[in-house]
Amino acid sequence: MTVLDNSPSPTSGPAALVEQLKGGLDAPICLTWELTYACNLECVHCLSSSGRRDPRELDTDEAKAVLDELHDLQVFYINIGGGEPMIRRDFFELVEYSISKGIGVKFSTNGAFIDADKARRLAAMDYLDIQISLDGTDAVTNDAVRGDGSYDTAIEAMQHLRDAGFGEFKISVVVTRHNVDQLDEFKALADTYGAQLRITRLRPSGRGADSWHDLHPTQAQQRQIYEWLLAKGDDVLTGDSFFHLNALGEEPLPGLNMCGAGRVVCLIDPIGDVYACPFVIHDEFKAGSVRDPGGFSQVWKHSDLFTELREPQSAGACASCGSYDACQGGCMAAKFFVGIPLDGPDPECVRGEGEAAMLAAAAGQTAPPRPMMDHSKPARVPVSITRR
Amino acid sequence: MDDNTVSDETTDTAATDEADLVEELLVEEISIDGMCGVY
Amino acid sequence: MLDSSLDLHPQVALRPEPFGALAYHYDTRKLVFLKHPDMVRVVRVLGDHETVADALTACDIDERRWPSFDKALTSLYESEMLHDRAR
Repeated sequence: MTVLDNSPSPTSGPAALVEQLKGGLDAPICLTWELTYACNLECVHCLSSSGRRDPRELDTDEAKAVLDELHDLQVFYINIGGGEPMIRRDFFELVEYSISKGIGVKFSTNGAFIDADKARRLAAMDYLDIQISLDGTDAVTNDAVRGDGSYDTAIEAMQHLRDAGFGEFKISVVVTRHNVDQLDEFKALADTYGAQLRITRLRPSGRGADSWHDLHPTQAQQRQIYEWLLAKGDDVLTGDSFFHLNALGEEPLPGLNMCGAGRVVCLIDPIGDVYACPFVIHDEFKAGSVRDPGGFSQVWKHSDLFTELREPQSAGACASCGSYDACQGGCMAAKFFVGIPLDGPDPECVRGEGEAAMLAAAAGQTAPPRPMMDHSKPARVPVSITRR
Repeated sequence: MDDNTVSDETTDTAATDEADLVEELLVEEISIDGMCGVY
Repeated sequence: MLDSSLDLHPQVALRPEPFGALAYHYDTRKLVFLKHPDMVRVVRVLGDHETVADALTACDIDERRWPSFDKALTSLYESEMLHDRAR
């Protein structure tokens, strides 16, 4: 018989749940799977530096074997992305196979391959969710980041989905310095299409490493995001990517408010490599490969990296900060790719500690780590981000 | 920290029923979309 | 709640975890953590017993814990993870 008093204890209450999840689970709850590095676009901030297909891509049989493993692990739900996942010839085959194995699918797309016919086909499928990427509520803002014509492409895809009666799909926005004033318009756009808005944090990952300093929201804009989410973000998703902003106030944003990398989520990349999350495609955060003996399960359960991530993490430089409980020291990917040590402050620390840390990093002898796995198309003409 | 001893603090008889009740938070909802590190 | 006749909704998957279980509803996409192994045991056998009270008794749940179980089961019912079973 067990008697518990009413005061919060380590074994009951919301704090306990997060502590248990930080220790990792026997299987991911959900995960991201980039099906291909091929893409018809070349967004300046692409987290996976996509463009060209990697010849070592998992083939259809290998992909199905991964899905079989995920089924056995009872993964409920996967987020399929890339590159542009619909470029793969076996895209529908894999999505349908996943669903037939009881694994729900959300796929992230720029919409170029969703015509009226595909929209109808997608609308007929169950346990399928679609996320259209968009980074501006007008072509000028959007196309500056995603390329000429990409705004029109996305809107057309949304129209097809609406006409086909798909139901509620998602519109996913990476918040930048240049679109942060458009949050109300994004919400209205989503409402127009019967879609759900998702806003997500820009990390300095992939090609984002080069554009981050020009694109990431300013301190003032971060507060703007936080306050907008509290005031108007009731049915707006964030992928729990703004938990570093919780230090701005008393009220935490909805979500687990913790880094899920290697604990409850991970990434499988197009060639079967397993990383802690999609924002750290780098050897430092590579746990193994689905092609290794024991496959994905072995990597998830026993890799050195994930075992290490599931140990209690040091607060390091942030230990004496009263906000640490709220912000958890922020995002590993953000720190890593700007050269801040992982037990240092987040580059966008709301208290401004990140600024000093980045200066210290810049003054050091070594440059920040470069993204690995660059599948950008050759002779890429950089889209210049003009300072306004 | 859980232990298996029964509390014998019953100085307030009006609170006896309260003290005999065990309060546990047995379920908690998380959003499937509320996890950081996915698209 | 204690007199109700309930069962796990057919669209719910229950995945055991070291400290309980995860329950996921494929239609509503709700994800719920069952935070104690006893809660998991009870939920699994609800369909085999006439009433919730019977299930709690069969699982040897101390009566002092019943209000907490009642509250949790009500919460699961309200999020459609559990549904009424025809008797």
